[in-house]
Amino acid sequence: MSPNDQQAGTPAHPERLTLHHHVLRYNFHERLTHWIAAGSYIYLLATGLAFWSPWLYWMAIVLGGGQISRMLHPWVGLIFVGAVLYMYSLWSRQMRFAPVDKAWWHSLHYYITNQDEKMPPAGRYNAGQKMLFWSFFWCALVLLATGLVLWFTDSLPWSLRWLRYASVILHPIAALVTIANFMIHIYMGVFAERGAFGSVIRGDVSMAFAKRYHPGWYEEIVGSSEPPK
Amino acid sequence: MSQAALRIQKISGHAGSVAGEDTQRQDQVCKLVDTTTCIGCKACEVACVEWNDMPFSQTTFDNTYQTMPDTRWNYWNLILFNEHEREDGSLQWLMRKHQCMHCAEPGCLEACPADGAIVQYSNGVVDFQQQNCIGCGYCITGCPFNIPKFNSVTKRVYKCSLCTDRVSEGLEPACIKSCPTGCLHFGTKDDMKDLAEKRAKQLRDNYGFVNAGVYDPPGVGGTGVIYVLHDATRPEIYGGLPSNPSVPLTVKLWKHPLKWIGNLAMVGGLIGLFVHFLKYGPKGRDEEDIARPGGEKV
Repeated sequence: MSPNDQQAGTPAHPERLTLHHHVLRYNFHERLTHWIAAGSYIYLLATGLAFWSPWLYWMAIVLGGGQISRMLHPWVGLIFVGAVLYMYSLWSRQMRFAPVDKAWWHSLHYYITNQDEKMPPAGRYNAGQKMLFWSFFWCALVLLATGLVLWFTDSLPWSLRWLRYASVILHPIAALVTIANFMIHIYMGVFAERGAFGSVIRGDVSMAFAKRYHPGWYEEIVGSSEPPK
Repeated sequence: MSQAALRIQKISGHAGSVAGEDTQRQDQVCKLVDTTTCIGCKACEVACVEWNDMPFSQTTFDNTYQTMPDTRWNYWNLILFNEHEREDGSLQWLMRKHQCMHCAEPGCLEACPADGAIVQYSNGVVDFQQQNCIGCGYCITGCPFNIPKFNSVTKRVYKCSLCTDRVSEGLEPACIKSCPTGCLHFGTKDDMKDLAEKRAKQLRDNYGFVNAGVYDPPGVGGTGVIYVLHDATRPEIYGGLPSNPSVPLTVKLWKHPLKWIGNLAMVGGLIGLFVHFLKYGPKGRDEEDIARPGGEKV
């Protein structure tokens, strides 16, 4: 049964509808995983930047000192990677690229200039969000692999020193990519799309939000492109 | 350790200027190791452990005279024994005193992110300040000579201090003091270079070592430990002495171009997003009630 067969007013997924014409976007598992990843990432960002530049070393001091930061950074990194892997199990299928994503990507300039009515209808996740997800996912794997080398640097024999040489450059490069993602993610979620931040706290978004930013998903939930009465 | 008379000219992981940079007229100190007169007695090893009050650790017997396979956090000075077979089938017994080279441009210091954990004094000595060390091990990656060694209990890294406490008081390092054959010398870099070149010439002219020469690798700006080698064209045969050591390329890329590209990108990104918000504002502002529960109109 395609969503178009539905009558307006009889939602295909009534269990996702919440009070006051809202629709559940992230369930408790998704929200909790998001915040475990977010909290661990912010700690990793602060301590990582402290080790990245002497001008930011004060952040390690604030967080308990250089030794403590060095000790905790890898462990918190494991938590972060764990959260990302769990996100993979939650979302990887929904993050697969669909034909609409190519069209969405080609219309990016409309998205950037807030002409969202001209955008092709994105599903639950738009092409940018999918890109963010995969970028974070692959970077997390690179950060894990290189991070393990840097964690146990002293245990590596001299003959495997090329692993250290590769890791000292790949770890910051992957981290920089995640920082670019992170800045755009915060900007979109907190500043640009009103209602997005609430969705990852309370779980739901307004019907208007769903229809505006994720028309494909809206139709899937409501069963019609018309709002329920 | 006492460095009363010495100022610090380079500091690891340090933001801003360094108080002691070019503010003190100091000769660059240098150890000269003449591998051609070393008899492998290991007095220097013992003197190092003794003077620096290091806890004893187990030695390893591997069918050579070598005390252990590599230096340790509490064993900074090791004679490497190598049996080298020459082209004519004859055997050459090579002994090299292996320790921190005290590079003029130290890779350990360059790679270190902890403020003040590695310093270079105005006389060229590179010294670890363990109270500032965070145990990240980046110095291990930065060093082309495999010198810094990690202590898994203290989580800090240790290496030869060139007996800074002795040298700053005008004494020679303990290893030099103990050498019975005069194969170890200590003095200014200029004097040691002169002496080394004279000895290499003697080896070339009088003893038939046509490739004899001095090891003072330019890739790390020259070193505070220089060697006279029977065959300076093949330093690798002396227990893996690198022929052209330098700070690893990826460490240089990480600390120079990547750092500046990354910093510009991060600051530029923040400014870009702020300007974008000023110009375009939040999405959906024509529908002011969009985020208000219960109040939306589509």
